[in-house]
Amino acid sequence: MADDAVLRALAAACPAARAADAGDAVAGVAPRYAASPASVAEASAVMRVAAEQALTVVPRGSGSRLDWGAPPRGCDLVVDTLRLDQVVEHAAGDLVARIQAGAGMRRLGEALAAAGQQLALDAAPGDGADRAGDGTVGGTLATGAAGPRRLRYGTPRDLVIGITVVRADGTVASSGGKVVKNVAGYDLGKLFAGSYGTLGLIVEAVFRLHPLPAAAAYTTVDAAGPAEARRLVAAAAGSELAPTAVEISRAGRDRPVRVGVLLEGDPAGVGERAAQLRGILGAEAVTSPDAPAWWGSTGPPGGRGGAGTLIRVGFWAAALPAVLATIDGAAAAGGLDPLVAGSAASGVLYVALGAGDHPAAAAAFVATLREALARGEADARPASAPAPDSPPVLASAVVVHAPPAVRELVDMWGPVPGLPLMRAVKDQFDPGHRMAPGRFAGGI
Amino acid sequence: MIEQLVPAMVEICGPDGVVTDPLDLRTYECDGLTSHRAAPGLVVLPRTAEQVAAVVRVCAGAGVPFVARGSGTGLSGGALPRTDGVLIVTSRMRRIIAIDPDSQRAIVEPGVTNLAVSTAARPFGYFYAPDPSSQQVCSVGGNVAENSGGAHCLKHGFTVHHVTGLEIVTPAGELTWLGDGTGAAPGYDLVGAFVGSEGTLGIVTKIIVKLSRIPQMVTCLLAAFETTGAGGAAVSAIIGAGMVPAAIEMMDALSIEAAEAAVACHYPQGAGAVLIVELDGPESDVRRDAAAVRALCEQAGSTEIREAVDPAERAVIWAGRKSAFAAVGRICTAYIVQDGVVPRSALGPVLDEIAKLSAESGIRVANVFHAGDGNLHPLVLYDGGTPEAEAAAEELSGAILDLCISHGGSITGEHGVGVDKSRYMTKMFGADDLDTMQLLRCAFDPAGLCNPGKVFPTPRLCGEVPGARRGPHPLVASGQAEQF
Repeated sequence: MADDAVLRALAAACPAARAADAGDAVAGVAPRYAASPASVAEASAVMRVAAEQALTVVPRGSGSRLDWGAPPRGCDLVVDTLRLDQVVEHAAGDLVARIQAGAGMRRLGEALAAAGQQLALDAAPGDGADRAGDGTVGGTLATGAAGPRRLRYGTPRDLVIGITVVRADGTVASSGGKVVKNVAGYDLGKLFAGSYGTLGLIVEAVFRLHPLPAAAAYTTVDAAGPAEARRLVAAAAGSELAPTAVEISRAGRDRPVRVGVLLEGDPAGVGERAAQLRGILGAEAVTSPDAPAWWGSTGPPGGRGGAGTLIRVGFWAAALPAVLATIDGAAAAGGLDPLVAGSAASGVLYVALGAGDHPAAAAAFVATLREALARGEADARPASAPAPDSPPVLASAVVVHAPPAVRELVDMWGPVPGLPLMRAVKDQFDPGHRMAPGRFAGGI
Repeated sequence: MIEQLVPAMVEICGPDGVVTDPLDLRTYECDGLTSHRAAPGLVVLPRTAEQVAAVVRVCAGAGVPFVARGSGTGLSGGALPRTDGVLIVTSRMRRIIAIDPDSQRAIVEPGVTNLAVSTAARPFGYFYAPDPSSQQVCSVGGNVAENSGGAHCLKHGFTVHHVTGLEIVTPAGELTWLGDGTGAAPGYDLVGAFVGSEGTLGIVTKIIVKLSRIPQMVTCLLAAFETTGAGGAAVSAIIGAGMVPAAIEMMDALSIEAAEAAVACHYPQGAGAVLIVELDGPESDVRRDAAAVRALCEQAGSTEIREAVDPAERAVIWAGRKSAFAAVGRICTAYIVQDGVVPRSALGPVLDEIAKLSAESGIRVANVFHAGDGNLHPLVLYDGGTPEAEAAAEELSGAILDLCISHGGSITGEHGVGVDKSRYMTKMFGADDLDTMQLLRCAFDPAGLCNPGKVFPTPRLCGEVPGARRGPHPLVASGQAEQF
């Protein structure tokens, strides 16, 4: 039930503050209030009221990834950024854009494309077929969402060069700037990237842009199994052809592993490179200007990709066959046969369990997978670098999103090396632990 | 006080790993920023991460500040010692632990030189992309501290884009890994926060880097122009055409003159500016782009264009640029090198304003810069013999930085803030910005012992501000504690 005094205080700070309704729930947690600040000043004022009233706060962009991560332990107030939706400055001559956090990625892409430029980030697996591309800039940065082209361009943390945030106590702070070469001060953009709203509210970000390539070509070939897939992935990624992305997709345990390589650039050059690539990948390889249907997706085409459990596995690229074997072992033990797809050359794979998979089986799969990873079964550890010359574990598995019945049974984040330091950072930025508490790794 | 630590340090690093003789200590009194000197209270040279951790634990236990030093080539005084502190030198930690072309990774100790990584990776067809001009000497640990770039960062990025894991010694003296080398580890990106933190958040003891495939082809063009304005127009055209060269460097007439005297690079006579454009990648793309760059330079009025594909010939083109800083020693006795950044599109007006400032003050400024990303290195030349000349040069230097900031740029593109530019931080950032950044420092180093006095002009008091918390204490709210 809304507290009138609190609502009045919020509305004084931000006219677009209201009692929350059913549509404002965050992963099943119902807030009491919602606010849509129209300026950084309003956002700061709202956060100050939240601090005075000791409200827990969850930032929201378009809401497309609110079910990523663990449900928050508390959510009194949802602060959404949808009225902070402007492209503040697009310095095309400098390949830099300063954008408010609530700007939609799709609309931003269209605006930048008009000048032949792009923010080189793909929708991430887990964004679902019906919500791909409508995430916000702030949400993309806060979740660190990235897709196939991460191989060449990196993830949001690699492209952010400046950030403005509102801290839990309402303080507005910026770091970085609008030039790509900048080492003045600490890089809060890197810190806030992938932080799931737990350090503060992102209100603005400055990104480094890239030119839109004139042409693209997708070369695909099927591999019989994991070892062959690894050979092809390594050959493409280790070639001199400068691929933009190297992806795989395997619909089920006994299905072939589809391998796809994206080349971008000048049209004639792309044609020549694709021919060389086909020479590397073999006679069965085929090149097309269009992405294959499975590209960057973990869901059935045309369907809602986000209905099941999605797990992201990080690994050293050479471990691909071991990763697939570990996934297969854990899946078979539970009678599951998930889709596995992702950026094999970047060491990132997604495992998609269907919405119909039994929650207990899904949870057991995650636990078994993590136990195997902790034992080092998917560690491609260089022979000359046994621990402690290398980290204790070289792979991880995170549940990106899951249906509520699975979420109740599973630890979404798994083990987090370096957690004590992360807690110390959290304690400094949000001593009251009011920013999306419990949503993040380690229960932060 | 410091002397009391010696026995413990000798036990950790061995007698040949501890320096106490005052004359020997003085050899560590500065890094590449020779205008700031301070002999350390004590120098230790550990060989292992465990020794670094033990040394830091001794310092932390005694409340003694400590500073880490790699190769001592930094240009912002980041390794300037504390006279009341310990200087921890990592140059004996030189193991290349692993070169792993299969996963495109390498693991190295902090004392390994930047170039040594590329040299070790070369037989496998790989290199380590961030390549500061000092790469033959500078250490990877130092690169991590400064987030070093190099001439090729325009296309290939900076250190932070190539580091996927760090083992660090925290300021409390604990060894811990940040990240796991995948770039996809769960939790906060503390690797990204640590890189570029200038040695203030801990000491890095192992670095996991990404290796990059050596490009199929590299070509280098040298184009002469009558003015820097014309060169700048060529750069704008190249960027505007959607190309991303590996490097775009520019030198003005004064720096060309100096370079010629130093290394006889034989750049086109009488050029008001030269542009060096390096392109790398698949052969078909490089050939096409090189032709396009040549055409755009001609359209911008280039008076002479040379091209080199062979590595030896490319080295000849680069020799002038790489010698530029040292070369100005031929035409003056002292100089201040700045590291400001302006948006690339503002380069023309800014260079004109620098020229005006130079003319007004009568102090010569040689300009060498990364034209592709707006990172300027104005070399302010003065007579090192007189304090008045030095003060005037400092003032001009500061005015140039003000100029960069007023154009929306930065006070440092790659050299770091260190002690050199901490007084300019308040021109670029507000009090709340600096306060928020320092929350990170408080998380890693609440005792304020890890390279204190660097980067931030005013340290932030760490620890809870009384009265800041309203409402129930989180532990009470979660049912874990009672307050009574």
